[in-house]
Amino acid sequence: MTVSTTSAWTAGATRFHAFGRGLGVMLTTPGVVLFLTAIGFGTLVRDAGLDLGHALFLSFAMYALPAQVMVVDQLQRGATLFAVAIAVTLTAVRLLPMTVSLQPYLRSSNGARWPQFFAVHFIAITAWIEGGRRLPTVPAPLRLAHFYGIGLGLMLSAGSGAALGFVAAGRLPLLVQAALLFMTPVYFLLSTLAGAVSRSDYLAIAGGAALAPVAHAVSPDLDLLIAGVVGGTVAYLAGKRPA
Amino acid sequence: MNPSLQDGYGGYLTLAVLCLFAHEPWRWLGFALGRNLSADGEVFRWVRAVATALVAGLVAKLVFFPAGTLASVPLWVRGVAVLGAVLIYFAWRGSLAVGVGAAAGLIIALELARAVW
Repeated sequence: MTVSTTSAWTAGATRFHAFGRGLGVMLTTPGVVLFLTAIGFGTLVRDAGLDLGHALFLSFAMYALPAQVMVVDQLQRGATLFAVAIAVTLTAVRLLPMTVSLQPYLRSSNGARWPQFFAVHFIAITAWIEGGRRLPTVPAPLRLAHFYGIGLGLMLSAGSGAALGFVAAGRLPLLVQAALLFMTPVYFLLSTLAGAVSRSDYLAIAGGAALAPVAHAVSPDLDLLIAGVVGGTVAYLAGKRPA
Repeated sequence: MNPSLQDGYGGYLTLAVLCLFAHEPWRWLGFALGRNLSADGEVFRWVRAVATALVAGLVAKLVFFPAGTLASVPLWVRGVAVLGAVLIYFAWRGSLAVGVGAAAGLIIALELARAVW
């Protein structure tokens, strides 16, 4: 991609430039991958019998694909709202440390606090990685505007991908729909593998994947909760022990 | 329409409640706690492990017990396609786009091969 999202910042750059360069991130590889994965999400929404509006609403208001997929998948299986809420909130806990780690950059511009507050809505895995990578090189007064650009651009990727997936799913053969649906879990698997650095990360991936089918047999409603809390806690404790 | 979404507002009220009360508060809390917390403390290590295991569990569920159209693809095809995608991803030095594309391609290729045989 030739979009200039990594070149040096000139002295005369304004917030408007910073915002525009942030928007350009949607055209780089992470934005394109998000777009592809969102196609799978849109296909899933149609497969579950929900509407295009639901796909867009979740893409914009929730703006975190694992939670969006979880909501739609759980509703498709007829899970109770309580079980859906518990699973969603458990996937969202990870947003807390992500927000904490990014916020020194969001607070570094002087000015009103509410734009800083609303910026945290854009914290999801792709925007967090790109923000953490790019913001340190951005002049402090321009960082917030740059992050708004990154967040809004990636939201456009996610929303347009979901819309395309939803619309296309109705016109594509079942086999192609199945292939699109399949991209979502594979993307989650590969991106968690890519983000894994410690032993406890790898143990958590293996533990969660191995426990989910067992937990599914025991309690189809709370299987993810069990797999997450039990698998994650065991991985955390095992990862603490010196190798 | 799913019974959980029959809220009188086309399901949007339910989804808004989930977004506002189950999902978004963690972003707000991160903002509020902000500089008083170190992002690599012990609690966060645990949070990270639980969230990772949960997403891995979601992956296993979507691959091994899919709810909709994907269930028409046999289990062994889904298993082979996941393994193949992971191998291709690592062979391609960690390109997500290649790995995700390979997964979709493998499903179609294996199903077409099955139909021909």
